[in-house]
Amino acid sequence: MTDTLNETMGAIGRPLRRKEDARLVTGNTNWTDNIQLPGTLHMAFLRSSIAHAKITRIDTSAAKAAEGVVHVYTGADFPGQPGSTCVWPVTDDIVMSHYPVICEDEVKYVGDVVAVVIATEKYLATDALDLIDVDYEVLPAIVDMEAALAEGSPLVHSDKGTNRCYTAPVPFGGNYAEVKAKADVVVTRRFINQRLIPTTMEPRAVVAAPMGMADEITLWSATQVPHVLRVLLAMLTGVPENNLRVVAPDVGGGFGGKLQIYREEVLAVILARKLGRPIKWTETRSESILTMHHGRDQIQDIEIAATSDGQILGMSVNLLADMGAYLQIITPGTPLLGMFMYSGIYKMEALDFTCTGVYTNKTPTDAYRGAGRPEATFAVERIVDELAAELGMDPMELRMKNWIKHEEFPYTTVEGLTYDTGNYEAATARALELFGMDELRAEQAVRRATGDTVQLGIGISTFTEMCGLAPSRTLGALKYVAGGWEHCTIRALPTGKIELVTGTSPHGQGHATAWSQIASDIIGVPVEDIEVIYGDTGRSPYGMDTYGSRSLAVGGQAIKVAGERLVEKARIIAAHQLEVSPDDIEFNAGTYSVKGDPEKATTIQAIAFAAFQAHNLPDGVEPTLSGEATVDPMDFSYPHGTHLAAMEVDTETGKVKLRKYVAVDDCGVQINPMIVEGQVHGGLAQGIAQAMYEGAEYDSNGNLLTASMGDYLIPSSADLPSFITDRTVTPSSTHPLGTKGIGEAGAIASTPAIVNGVVDAIRHLGVNNVLMPTSPQNVYRALQAANKGGAA
Amino acid sequence: MIPSAFDYVKATTVDEAVAALVAAGEDAKVLGGGQSLLPVLRLRLNAPSTIVDISTVAEICTITDEGSSLLIGAGVTTDEVANNPLVKAHAPLLSMTADTVADRAIRHRGTFGGSCAHADPAGDLPTAAAALDCEFIIAGPGGRRTVSAADFFVDFFTTAVGADEVLVAVRVPKSDGWGAHYEKFNRTAQAWAIVGVAALVKVDGGVITDARVALTNMGPKPVRATSVEAALKGQPATADAIKAAAASAADGTKPTSDVHADAEFRSHLARVLTGRAVATAAGV
Repeated sequence: MTDTLNETMGAIGRPLRRKEDARLVTGNTNWTDNIQLPGTLHMAFLRSSIAHAKITRIDTSAAKAAEGVVHVYTGADFPGQPGSTCVWPVTDDIVMSHYPVICEDEVKYVGDVVAVVIATEKYLATDALDLIDVDYEVLPAIVDMEAALAEGSPLVHSDKGTNRCYTAPVPFGGNYAEVKAKADVVVTRRFINQRLIPTTMEPRAVVAAPMGMADEITLWSATQVPHVLRVLLAMLTGVPENNLRVVAPDVGGGFGGKLQIYREEVLAVILARKLGRPIKWTETRSESILTMHHGRDQIQDIEIAATSDGQILGMSVNLLADMGAYLQIITPGTPLLGMFMYSGIYKMEALDFTCTGVYTNKTPTDAYRGAGRPEATFAVERIVDELAAELGMDPMELRMKNWIKHEEFPYTTVEGLTYDTGNYEAATARALELFGMDELRAEQAVRRATGDTVQLGIGISTFTEMCGLAPSRTLGALKYVAGGWEHCTIRALPTGKIELVTGTSPHGQGHATAWSQIASDIIGVPVEDIEVIYGDTGRSPYGMDTYGSRSLAVGGQAIKVAGERLVEKARIIAAHQLEVSPDDIEFNAGTYSVKGDPEKATTIQAIAFAAFQAHNLPDGVEPTLSGEATVDPMDFSYPHGTHLAAMEVDTETGKVKLRKYVAVDDCGVQINPMIVEGQVHGGLAQGIAQAMYEGAEYDSNGNLLTASMGDYLIPSSADLPSFITDRTVTPSSTHPLGTKGIGEAGAIASTPAIVNGVVDAIRHLGVNNVLMPTSPQNVYRALQAANKGGAA
Repeated sequence: MIPSAFDYVKATTVDEAVAALVAAGEDAKVLGGGQSLLPVLRLRLNAPSTIVDISTVAEICTITDEGSSLLIGAGVTTDEVANNPLVKAHAPLLSMTADTVADRAIRHRGTFGGSCAHADPAGDLPTAAAALDCEFIIAGPGGRRTVSAADFFVDFFTTAVGADEVLVAVRVPKSDGWGAHYEKFNRTAQAWAIVGVAALVKVDGGVITDARVALTNMGPKPVRATSVEAALKGQPATADAIKAAAASAADGTKPTSDVHADAEFRSHLARVLTGRAVATAAGV
């Protein structure tokens, strides 16, 4: 994309090439696995191949005697030591779990850690795993959520007396029973939001080493959350926080999977301190698939009530959410992150919401791109399509009738959130224009009339979501342990160059470029003169990291305030040097000039040097030039958009093809439209992947069947069409830059668009639901069931 | 990648490779393009004591026109099979099948011979070889022998190649005058075939005079759908006649069930896709 925009505009809004890419794409990178420290010892993990069993005996003697092996540890070496923790106990009576750093007497999922080998080479460490002899007494595996809740079910945590982790009924607005009683139409569906496996290009990796001052441990980790991790590691390991430094070097993708504290990180820190040597581990792809936390996995019982003319009255939402075997950082809260989004963009009188978290003998679940909101958006956008079918209404017409009109903002939803701004009419109009709806509907009619083997369906998703979790007091009210603020420090160096220190921690998002663009406009220095520093608690001590589309929505505000504070300090120095009052100074594009006398001027770079020299500063002004801010936003932000998908379904083979996809997103002001475009494309691929390709499958013994990329299918560019994208711009009124989030929108919006399109293609054959992923077999089964007279 | 330790022998001739295999004993494995063996090593599904690398043995990396057949060296890459003019002209079924294998990077590394010798039931190239009635030339300590496709593929990941033998070349009879098509059914572009159908059809005056149909992943090894072949002979080359003949495509097969398709769905797919493959090959 070339920069053809108006020369007079600032850096914000320009599709600048990403500063970080030349380095990333030429391999001049600093991945955790690239870090080579002298004397490094390597970890290898013996993982349970059984979903649920008592460990009756472990013999590590042969492994300990093997070449290169320094030590072999089992759970007995770390009694009671947690390997992860949950910071979101969502209800007062939640049943918490202890996640041991190494299992002591029982394994609870395939992949659970039984022992760790420490050796001088990773190959030797891996070889020694085969020499560890473990006897298991196999226990019944709890795999199915409904069976887990049944009376007499075997228990994942036998000391807890139940597999129910929590039940959270949320008293949202209205009385659903009353609106249901007066409804003409009630539609009920069960949706399965299948289990997904976050798949990052760079797998997890850690290096922990005694560094620098006495007692200091530095942990390099491929993490999204170095700041959060440092706090939790201090709490879990007993290493004083002031002696811990956590560095997230170049990190190759996260998608929520690296928003975590993992037992491998905890062990690395403990062992680096215990052994006094660097400890290293990089997971294999197999380990990543099995033991990086999984995502989604909900059974959604959804009901919608409406009048016969298509007025939505209310919804009832009843969820079962699979926690897996243990609670990790926000495992129980992840489904609840979606609870505010079940009404979507629609006005309704009542919403009932209940969610039950369930323990099973499977990999723990946690946040995965969208975390709760994709599940909610899927449910509401699917059920609205089903309601339209029941009413015989066009699904877009039904949406238009019920959505919040642009003149009705700010609008307080039935869940009690206040959407600041939005324009669903504008985004939809643009999407329909790009899509060619009338031609596709005409083709659909012809294919239906002629009984074509390949049927065509139109999928609609008019979504909104909430991002930038904040303000902190709201998170506190939700029982979340941490806050939702963000920090930024901007330092003007003596030579006029800028260091921008942010508490956000990118892993592919392009913060180095976008943050420079924001700062450039505020402090008036060129984008290329700004260095963005992040991902290191030693260099960027305060931060809440990157997840939940929060970095710009929250961190962007901190950049703005920090920049303004720097500019204000420099104004005072400039006024002193130009011998006028600060009120008589104008600041524009890096230049301070005297009002009415523009020849009398100085630059921010000159002020930076003057502040460094400190030879001639006004009384009471401290040397050096910087601005610092920690900002707690007023509210969430609410991006939205209209996505349309044309789906072809081969009714003989069940094969689904995505023929055309239009995404019109509204994320408010765009700092860098090219980065926005990239986020939309990646998000679409991931959301479409859930709809069409991905799905973790377990057998009845709790074995992960999709344990390789041969069976867990990630689409590539060869499987996806060229997306047609555009944006409408409705600035946020609660965020000072007018921005909203965009990191997850594509993943949230696209899944229901695809499935609605698949169902629409074959609804006339009697199908009203297709399980995700809409694989050939799932589509074929739905068609078969419809043939036999019953819808799926 | 964390494989177990192994000894490595780089062979420069077929004789050297055979000698290395004899010396290493039962546990040795042959490395060609590595696209099947390396994942096996990486996952520690197998821990061979010795790897005998034949990837640069010049003799096995050429394609020769023998008149009525092509002799394709076992080390010829899948990409070369897909794009070589001789193969495209005289064995289009093979070149179009090769073009469906995995992705470009894998096709440039992986070899035709390696795919056949690995004998994954979901492999595409073995099916094409079965449909084409290829012959396999195998070198061992006792010299060279030739094995028909019917005898070459034995079971899951098992061929007629012995532990001390090397597949040297595949003789591909020219199929000039036959219509050909490989219908691969998979979920993503790079994924293994759930079911694949290789079809060769001879049509004369609107009548199917001969047909060969082989199936991928409908059993432990490539399956010839002989009842379909018999049913097609003498039939008019029409959609209806082909569809009727294809109805028996799954007869006698033993497909597996996995996360992508159970045996019943695979059988259904085999019937539908056989009809499509034959129709395309016949130009219908």
